[in-house]
Amino acid sequence: MSKEETSTLNPSSRQTVKFYQTGTFTVGNRLLDEEFRTVQATTERSNSLDSGHRACQGCGQALGARYALDAAMRATDNKIIAANATGCLEVFTTPYPETAWSIPWVHSLFGNVAAVASGIAAALKSKGDSTTRVIAQGGDGGTTDIGFGCLSGMFDRNDDVLYICYDNGGYMNTGVQRSSATPAAARTATTMPVGDNPGSSFNTGKYLPTIAMAHEIPYVATASVHDLHDLERKVEKAMTFRGARYIHINVPCPLGWGSQPAFTIKLSRMGVECGLVPLFEAENGQLTDSTKIRYRIPVEEYLKLQRRFAHVLKPHNTHQLDAIRAIAENNIKRFNLL
Amino acid sequence: MTVQHKPFAITLDVGSSHLNKTGSWRSMRPVYVDRLPPCNKTCPSGEDIQGWLSLAEEEDYEGAWRLLTRDNPFPAIMGRVCYHPCEGACNRGSLDLPVGINSVERFIGEQGLINNWQFEAAEDSGKKVMIIGAGPAGLSAAYHLRRFGHAVTIYEAAEKPGGMLRYGIPKYRLPREKLNAEIYRVENMGVEITLNHKIEDINTARKAGGFDAVLICVGAQKSNMLTFEGDADIPVLDALTVLRDTELEKPNQLIGRVVVYGGGNSAMDVARTAVRLGAQDVKVVSREDPDNMTAHKFEIIETMEEGSEVINLRTIKSVNGHEISLEIMKISEQHHSGQLRVVGTGEFETLEADVLVLAIGQNVDPVLFENSAAIELQEHTIKVDSIMQTTQDGIFAAGDAAPSQRSVTSALGHGKKSARAINAWLAGKVYQPAPQNEIASFDKMEPWYYSDAPRTVQPHLDAVRRKSGFAEVVGDLEPDHAKYEARRCMSCGNCFECDNCYGICPDNAIRKLGQGRGYEFKYDYCKGCGMCDTECPCGAINMIPEDI
Amino acid sequence: MLRQISGSIAVAEAIALCRPEVVPCYPITPQTHIVEHISTLVKSGQLKNCSYENVESEFASMSFCIGASAAGSRTYTATASQGLLFMMEAVYNASGLSLPIVMTLGNRSIGAPINIWNDHSDAMSVRDAGWIQLFVESNQQALDVHIQAFKLAEALSLPVMVNMDGFILTHAITRVDMPTQEQVDQFLPAFVARQKLDTDAPLSIGAMVGPDAFTEVRYLAHHKQKEALAVIEQQAAEFHEIFGRDSGGLIKSYFAEHSEIVFVAMGSVIGTMLELIEELRTEGHSVGILSLRSFRPFPANAICNALGNAKQAIIFEKSFAVGMGGVLASEIHMATAGNDLKISSVIGGLGGRTITKKSLGKIVECAMHGELDKEVFLDLEGTTVVKELRRQQEGQSSGPVAENILRDMGVVSASKTL
Repeated sequence: MSKEETSTLNPSSRQTVKFYQTGTFTVGNRLLDEEFRTVQATTERSNSLDSGHRACQGCGQALGARYALDAAMRATDNKIIAANATGCLEVFTTPYPETAWSIPWVHSLFGNVAAVASGIAAALKSKGDSTTRVIAQGGDGGTTDIGFGCLSGMFDRNDDVLYICYDNGGYMNTGVQRSSATPAAARTATTMPVGDNPGSSFNTGKYLPTIAMAHEIPYVATASVHDLHDLERKVEKAMTFRGARYIHINVPCPLGWGSQPAFTIKLSRMGVECGLVPLFEAENGQLTDSTKIRYRIPVEEYLKLQRRFAHVLKPHNTHQLDAIRAIAENNIKRFNLL
Repeated sequence: MTVQHKPFAITLDVGSSHLNKTGSWRSMRPVYVDRLPPCNKTCPSGEDIQGWLSLAEEEDYEGAWRLLTRDNPFPAIMGRVCYHPCEGACNRGSLDLPVGINSVERFIGEQGLINNWQFEAAEDSGKKVMIIGAGPAGLSAAYHLRRFGHAVTIYEAAEKPGGMLRYGIPKYRLPREKLNAEIYRVENMGVEITLNHKIEDINTARKAGGFDAVLICVGAQKSNMLTFEGDADIPVLDALTVLRDTELEKPNQLIGRVVVYGGGNSAMDVARTAVRLGAQDVKVVSREDPDNMTAHKFEIIETMEEGSEVINLRTIKSVNGHEISLEIMKISEQHHSGQLRVVGTGEFETLEADVLVLAIGQNVDPVLFENSAAIELQEHTIKVDSIMQTTQDGIFAAGDAAPSQRSVTSALGHGKKSARAINAWLAGKVYQPAPQNEIASFDKMEPWYYSDAPRTVQPHLDAVRRKSGFAEVVGDLEPDHAKYEARRCMSCGNCFECDNCYGICPDNAIRKLGQGRGYEFKYDYCKGCGMCDTECPCGAINMIPEDI
Repeated sequence: MLRQISGSIAVAEAIALCRPEVVPCYPITPQTHIVEHISTLVKSGQLKNCSYENVESEFASMSFCIGASAAGSRTYTATASQGLLFMMEAVYNASGLSLPIVMTLGNRSIGAPINIWNDHSDAMSVRDAGWIQLFVESNQQALDVHIQAFKLAEALSLPVMVNMDGFILTHAITRVDMPTQEQVDQFLPAFVARQKLDTDAPLSIGAMVGPDAFTEVRYLAHHKQKEALAVIEQQAAEFHEIFGRDSGGLIKSYFAEHSEIVFVAMGSVIGTMLELIEELRTEGHSVGILSLRSFRPFPANAICNALGNAKQAIIFEKSFAVGMGGVLASEIHMATAGNDLKISSVIGGLGGRTITKKSLGKIVECAMHGELDKEVFLDLEGTTVVKELRRQQEGQSSGPVAENILRDMGVVSASKTL
């Protein structure tokens, strides 16, 4: 990757951009140079995931997928093939006889998308096609649980695939069960808010971005649907690398979180602003940058808009609230978020 | 590879999901709305502040000037002397600090002067209007009436036009070349100003001049006075006279120890003038506590910066020789239950003074209406109805002479409103203000999207240099700063094409129509999630129930 | 060119002649030598334009194949036994998505008890998975059928599994006639995918299909397999013409049409049977063999015709459905329903137990005397089984069954157990 390419994409550059009303926080900004506007602001965007899909109202994953793939499409001059794990994204986009994808797309199984994508990459390699690029995508269950082996293998071989995990914190497609990405205390159908420690257990779960970093793959990033510029920049940056790359996108789920559909982006933003969802980047296993919290908010502001955490805010559960606050504090320190 | 060879049902052609019209899921429908920005709502002249700021931020200064002057003909003047209630209402104040609207207005005004942009009058309507008084209300009304095509003659008793702008506002706040230039521009539209001409009998003058309508803008010229116990041996002056005499360069009476009595802006003007004229010591005595003085905060601060002392919670009880006796006041603990807010303590202290200036308000001079019995006065002002018409048909009143906030800002708004009312009346109609949109309150916005952008501070003259003369205290914004400040506007309630709705719709149910043309909803696919409404930074989307 | 090499090497070289573009591999005995050798061919540059990848599991391996095939590449892998079970979900998926992947199954038993030796339990475990399943008798056939497998897979857009007996074929060094690259190129044209992930012509592959169309999807898959019956025969003939060898087809008959007693079997056991029946026929007995080369699609008509004159069919299988019996036997029952044919099911060679000519001879002898039971387990150690069953009836807590059996056989010392 050339220096020139990265300089305009550097996160610090967006903070120093001359003030243009909303700077680079809204989707578009008629006062900004084209290069600073998002892909989503243009009428030429690919709409990789198009209208007519059957995602719930206010689905964060539908949004995250279009954001990420459209950005990748722009970065590669529309040379993207996507493989998809079983899950909401697959089910709501391709129920026979209608597909909502406008890009070449394949769905095989729940736990194998990384390997399928690796296979596609291998096919392209053997054909000498270095311009077409491969993206694998799955939910958190398909990534951190059932698809973990294949993903780790893909990382190990450093296959030329960008893996995108849309993390909504559970198995939402099957009716909201706990995954290893379900946050502590969250209510799911298999971690009900009953007993002394209601909701999902503390001190459990896997945080895949750091596991990906441990594989020392070229690029790892976390993103959130509320900050489109940040998300697109990371996808575009990922496409400048060859080898295995991983982006973990936080996508609120109104159904699973018990939140208003209209609050999907708001919650995505609040999750980041309270410190529970760290946004950072890493190259070859080393943390290289983090996106700073703009206006820090208390975690309870974030929790109170989600029914899955309703029990946490009850007076007798202050120990849970305190523990969640500690998680946010730890993230802020660990990833240097302030 | 042909279509029929693809595996049945398992492999699908792109674009097929368009057949699934997910709009049928919807129970709420988003609609684009225009809400009234609080700045616009609060501006007495009803300036489309947001509109001209947005032109300014794109460096279309002439466009900004034209839009601004649609409502207010004096941007260079008002950019200096307006008390900018717009900034107090500005939603950006809930985020960091209000947009410096006033400073940008001044910048735009300067551009107008530099480039000598002029106004156009409308085609002659054949109607004639007489205006009494060439102060801010009269001049504003004259401007708006010319824009309607009516002939305007202003009769002004003083030797120069401008009224309180000239005789009440010191030069260090409003340099006279700016004042003259902007008044000249109004004259240049074909407004005839007859100076040194006091109207003694309104009806006679109306008939003699063949005027169809009359607008009285004589202001409140009569200072309120107090008499104190004791045998004072010092001059007791009124603020208005002091300021007028200063403008007319009459011999200075503010010599030695000057005490100004009053807590309003006029008191500050007098104190600051006294400092500039070389007074030895200047004290302002106010009945109120600092938080409740009627003068604007910045005026008080600048007054104190220049070395005047402000003494709060004191009332003058008596003046003997050079000694002024002050009663120490306190804020009543029972003032919420309807009692006086400030009450005496019965304790006294004294102050030595060589001059006492009273700055305790003005009223309309009733002498002016001795020959116009049909025009009723009420509580020291001219009685007007909702369209600013006096009790006599075809005679209107505006500015400080009519019930108002008694500021240049409100006078200008009165000028516009009365011009509209007269225009309607001349056509045999009754002026009906246009219905206002819902207010774009802060809670309808999502401020996260606005960049961190601290307010620009206008350059200020050093306090030491201020005392030595009447040079303007507050400076102009640099072009870059003006643009920056304009761009701090959040466009409350009105789409500024940030593309948020277009970008964040999970269903691609919004069509972008191109710059300046906004967006439209594709209701075939909109599921009604409401995310566009929540995430619209400026609150220009509303969710309404779907008819089911 | 004639060469003296192991079955695995023969297959690996044949695969290389087919110019595969993507080969993922995961080691499992007894197929490992095949992918090891392909690895060497790729790494040394002899096999060009081929992406060879060491993946982390069989599940990944088949998934890798799915991706590569969907992207339009000629794709190959090999597995066996537990490996096949581990990739099972992807095995079904590959056929469901109509992807022309070729896979070698080095046939091996399935545990527990873990056992690395040959039988057909693995192949039978995927009999309903929608793949074309071919069986070979010899290393020459293994070599030849792999070449045909690609052509077949690509013609039908269906995955093909070539079954070759583990160790017996994979590890056996025999003489094979290795074709030339020109011959293979003549027979097998470059792969043109029926559907492909292509940025110039985007498609969505792998839709969710509900009750409204699922039956039709399955019916069409069945229909396609039936169509394959003719294609297999046609391509075998084509192969014969180019290579001068008869090495394919749905079935292979050794005197079956003219014999009273016919063995029906699949794979390398045919070799032992041939030796036996040659002797028996010399002695004047009317005994033949029907070798099933294609198990899926199941060539019911060809079988029915081949057994048209037989009085007795002995269905020999190296696996069985526990609780039911011989799978092949029951399928042949169905195929020949209406024929006046006595069918016996013989299960043998499980977990690598040697199938001797002598034991098979006894089976034929019984059959000739009309004494062959409907279900026979070849060389079953009756005493061991009887003892274990008795122990179980006595309700003793007697430890693991396998250990008891071994103790009875004297392999494990009795003193080891209390």
